[in-house]
Amino acid sequence: MEHLLKIEGLDVRFNEAAHALRGIDMFMDTGEIHGLVGESGSGKTVTSTCIIGLLPVPPGKVNSGSMIFKGRELLKLSEAQRRRLRGREIAMIFQEPARYLNPALRVGEQITEMLVLHQGLEKQQATDRALEIIDLVGLKGGRKILRRYPHELSGGMKQRAMIAMAISCNPSLLIADEPTTALDVTLQQQILKLIQSLKQRFSMGILFISHDLAVVHEIADRISVIYAGRIVESTTKARLFEEPLHPYTRLLLLSIPDAGKRGTRLKTIPGTVPDAEHIPSGCAFHPRCPLAQEICRHQDPKTVNYGKNGEVHTAACHMIGKKWIDS
Amino acid sequence: MDRFVELKALSKQFHGPGLLPQRRGGTLAVDRVSFGIEKDSVFGLVGESGCGKTTLARTLLYLEAPSSGEIWFDGTLLGELGTRELRRFRRRMQIVFQDPNSALNPKMNILHSLEEGLINLGTAKDERRRRIVELLELVGISPAHVRRYPHEFSGGQKQRIVVARALSMNPEFLVLDEPVSNLDVSIQAQIINLLLDLKTEFSLTYLFISHDLHLVAYLSDRIAVMYQGRVVELAPTDELIHRPLHPYTIKLFSSVPGIRGSILKQQQAAVPAGQQKAATTATGCPYYEQCSRGDAACLQEEPQLRDVGNEHFVACLKIEGNIPQN
Repeated sequence: MEHLLKIEGLDVRFNEAAHALRGIDMFMDTGEIHGLVGESGSGKTVTSTCIIGLLPVPPGKVNSGSMIFKGRELLKLSEAQRRRLRGREIAMIFQEPARYLNPALRVGEQITEMLVLHQGLEKQQATDRALEIIDLVGLKGGRKILRRYPHELSGGMKQRAMIAMAISCNPSLLIADEPTTALDVTLQQQILKLIQSLKQRFSMGILFISHDLAVVHEIADRISVIYAGRIVESTTKARLFEEPLHPYTRLLLLSIPDAGKRGTRLKTIPGTVPDAEHIPSGCAFHPRCPLAQEICRHQDPKTVNYGKNGEVHTAACHMIGKKWIDS
Repeated sequence: MDRFVELKALSKQFHGPGLLPQRRGGTLAVDRVSFGIEKDSVFGLVGESGCGKTTLARTLLYLEAPSSGEIWFDGTLLGELGTRELRRFRRRMQIVFQDPNSALNPKMNILHSLEEGLINLGTAKDERRRRIVELLELVGISPAHVRRYPHEFSGGQKQRIVVARALSMNPEFLVLDEPVSNLDVSIQAQIINLLLDLKTEFSLTYLFISHDLHLVAYLSDRIAVMYQGRVVELAPTDELIHRPLHPYTIKLFSSVPGIRGSILKQQQAAVPAGQQKAATTATGCPYYEQCSRGDAACLQEEPQLRDVGNEHFVACLKIEGNIPQN
């Protein structure tokens, strides 16, 4: 079966010195929520800006790799072709809706603008469609909401308005970059439920980017863990949480505090995430890895599929099957 | 029993705009909060943004004078102290803020940042340097880096430096206001472990403020849940996690995503949007609008915190004296 989006060996540098992505391999299917988890500076956002075609060039530069979206090579499209895809086929919602909504335009104008531009609707049709969409994303108040300016909406409502804009043209791929990080837990729950219901309704593929494993656990079908510009592990949610293979994933899961661990010390990962200008040699995780051997210092591990029975469970580590971290 | 830190009906009101501020609608950010913190314990405070957690912390340290109510610290009533005495007293209680970037002066190297408090104490220069080296080693920062500026450190390191600065005063009570929420997951665990080690080593008392229920439940001995400036539920951690009683606590707990399942499974359907009840009146329960259990009585009478056994306090009219067993 053809994947909705297949990224292979995507390699991106900024100003030559900073190696932001070092060969990203991942794929997504229609009707799936794919969680991309990583710490700050690991390359989550660079990956998403590449997919939607908003990578600033220069300083950014795609050195190699391919991104096949619905059978088309995104990297070979002209800027005009990319612009036609953006918003219509691939849409994005951001962490801080306040920064991405135009403060000088009414919410209605921002949603209908998309419909007029991309779908060639008349003003009146566009307004009718906008009303349907804001109802769909749970913004009550109909025309009144369309006449509001972004600053008149609360944080959760702004995020809903942003989601309304993103889905107005029925995109096949929705990128959600930390959509709930700035929200309170009860609001977060509502937005996660909304995103899930939209997936079912529109059969989109959703790339859900987050630093929070707990949130991704709540919403994703498959999860990829990114570290220093490489996907270190990728599999279904169930397998990732039951049988993590990569020591980084394993340690991340062990370092999450919860009430059950009271009185015990948390497992920690020593050191910090390397910045893109100083990626360690060999496996980028080796300076922080308790299992690291001589080979890890020199040789970057290949991504291998360890899945059984046709399942996909890829990981990139020399020590899989040889050594293990006890809880 | 005398508690180490004790709040009695503490309120903080912010005035509205205008020349005659009292006459315009002010905000009651903290509303008659009472609780006690025992020595050597960790007291957790949870609530959503805007519920008054940070105002409570600032008022508790007398960084802002409360509008009414009393704060007792180790048997001393803080309101009775003069400015000078209060300054000296504040040495014993320190605060660590959420954002280490704004807590450290970007134009001072960390030696100067750490030195400031010690100079105010009148510590001699040699002693100061010795103490700073000791503190930095304690929090895991190489003392060779004392001449560096804050931007040369990572977020986790900056937070360690802020902790070191708080400790330089030899405090007994530390307020931790979301100390790890700006940090990455792998760094969070490092800072939490550091805080736990320091607590044992110096027998500190913590007030731990966070919106992260898993974290609060992991660290705290007792937890208070705040909603719109009021404490709606207060109980020992195990008790609160296994038997949350207030509808707001239940909603909060069931919204928290967790790896091993939510702390609580969804127990009740949230009130659908658009079906919300009339605005809350000045009297009555602040949670009435959102609550699924509320009725007319909740609008008439304001629920007070009351004991339902097992040191469990809850402010809700719809809970009978006996605790519903799960």
